[in-house]
Amino acid sequence: MSIDMTTFGAILAMAIVTYFTRIAGLFVADRLVLSGRAKAAFDAIPPAVLIAVIAPTALTTGWAEAIAAAITAFVAFRLPLLATVAVGVVSVVLLRGVL
Amino acid sequence: MDQANPLSSTFGREARAGLRDIAPAAIAAIPIGLLFGAVAIAKGLTPTEVAFMSATVFAGGAQFAAIEAWVHPAPIAALAFATFLINARHVLMGASIGPKIKLTRPQKFVALFFMTDETWALSERRALDRPVTAAYWVAISAALYINWLASTTVGAVLGSFLGDPARLGADFAFTALFIGLVAGFGKSRVTLVTAAVSAVVSALVHHFIGAPWHVASGALAGIAAAYCAADREVRS
Repeated sequence: MSIDMTTFGAILAMAIVTYFTRIAGLFVADRLVLSGRAKAAFDAIPPAVLIAVIAPTALTTGWAEAIAAAITAFVAFRLPLLATVAVGVVSVVLLRGVL
Repeated sequence: MDQANPLSSTFGREARAGLRDIAPAAIAAIPIGLLFGAVAIAKGLTPTEVAFMSATVFAGGAQFAAIEAWVHPAPIAALAFATFLINARHVLMGASIGPKIKLTRPQKFVALFFMTDETWALSERRALDRPVTAAYWVAISAALYINWLASTTVGAVLGSFLGDPARLGADFAFTALFIGLVAGFGKSRVTLVTAAVSAVVSALVHHFIGAPWHVASGALAGIAAAYCAADREVRS
């Protein structure tokens, strides 16, 4: 079992930075008392982040991915999560075969 | 037994609810984990290093971005900075979910080590109508952690034996999963405006500036849009 020391250092640095981002919110939350528009903005964090992570894959990779993303979004409001993922994956495979 | 000990029965019920909720995300993560392990091996990491990274970093997006840019010897500062950019969203996520989990403050410093997009999104959705219990958090976190550690390590060991993941559509599972999670937040006007603005800004920034800037800018634009949209709703 081999671990290169530079690689080990890089992974450790990534781990420390990641843990810091995960707990930093605990210090901020104590001072956050939100209402009105600020609360709406804070409540929007979950969907805003999730969409921002996947938007390039969904929108700019190609037509197959874009159409499959639209189909997935359509069924997402009607099917359970696992079924939604299945529909999305099957859609993209079929569309890549056709387009 | 369950009736004799109501505390443990509540714990069991919460844990089972957690496992049920995390199952789709965990299953969707398996091909992604296998893919990560295989790609990491192709970049020159050993299976031990892959397992070590999954166990200590435990953040799919940051791990993929790091592996994508991996060279030997590893550029420690550049990798740490890219990791910070991609995981900066954790600060907002932790601030939002932290107060909603029923744990003591010291326990939260342990619990949040395991916070991921998936477990956080599920907990936010659950917090809409009931408290997020320790049992629920432990169940979803442990399931995803073991799942990610195992699938990335197996992917690393299998390495090049794995076929092209795109052929099976496995590369799209992550996208489909996130779309499904977003749908869980409903389709109020503010949410739809948030999603649309976030998507457009993220795609544009990714195209013209490049990763990983699209995550922070898309998310911040979506949050700003929600701030403005909510304002109009209040006035009308």
